[in-house]
Amino acid sequence: MADMKNERILLAGGLLTGAVNGLFGGGGGMIVVPFLTGIAKKPPLAAHATAILIILPVSFVSAVLYLINGYFDAELFIAVSLGVTFGGFLGARALNLMSAGEATLLFAAVMFAAGIRMIF
Amino acid sequence: MRFLIYLIAGIAGGVLGGMGMGGGTVLIPILTIFCGVEQHLAQSVNLFSFLPMALLSLKVHFSNGLVDTKGIAWMIVPAVLLSGVGSFFVKELSGPVLRSAFGVFLCMLSVWQAYQGVRQIRQKRAKKAA
Repeated sequence: MADMKNERILLAGGLLTGAVNGLFGGGGGMIVVPFLTGIAKKPPLAAHATAILIILPVSFVSAVLYLINGYFDAELFIAVSLGVTFGGFLGARALNLMSAGEATLLFAAVMFAAGIRMIF
Repeated sequence: MRFLIYLIAGIAGGVLGGMGMGGGTVLIPILTIFCGVEQHLAQSVNLFSFLPMALLSLKVHFSNGLVDTKGIAWMIVPAVLLSGVGSFFVKELSGPVLRSAFGVFLCMLSVWQAYQGVRQIRQKRAKKAA
């Protein structure tokens, strides 16, 4: 019975993840990970890897619908994708420079500032 | 010039994403705040640029045996369905409204992240003390 309860929580988490990722074009992964660690009891590394498998079809469906709605700019896409690939490589290396907790706090501060800026 | 600015924005988003912190949630505000990209378009480019990166990293994660598929259908199916609904209705929202909503979402996420960060630092200190 306890198992069924967990499945219902995962289902609710899936609904929330899809709604957020579809509406905001991202952020779903940050919702999936705590559900995978807290409810599905996966270790953090496996949870992060598995979250990508969950978000991939979700983002694919969203991307197709955004494209149909006319939200696509080829130059923007090529420039950003190249940048993200290169930056991702740099970021993975930079992670060794500080602890995960410090990096998360720094990230939270940047996100909060950006959030406030976007509301007003 | 436009290309170069977008490239730099991508690098900035990628660095934070590579550090394991929700790349998209940071790439989107960089594009809208500093590059003047319209909100819907910033979200679209985040979705599209995620796909090739995700395929590549999944390949690595699978070969390292890190992907654990047990129980994930409970999340994938509802997530894909609602993702379709969300992306279908996103065109009904104006750029400024969507941008503000995204800002609220970011603030909520950042509070959660700050809590996680403090917890990680405390755990590390406790380990050191023990």
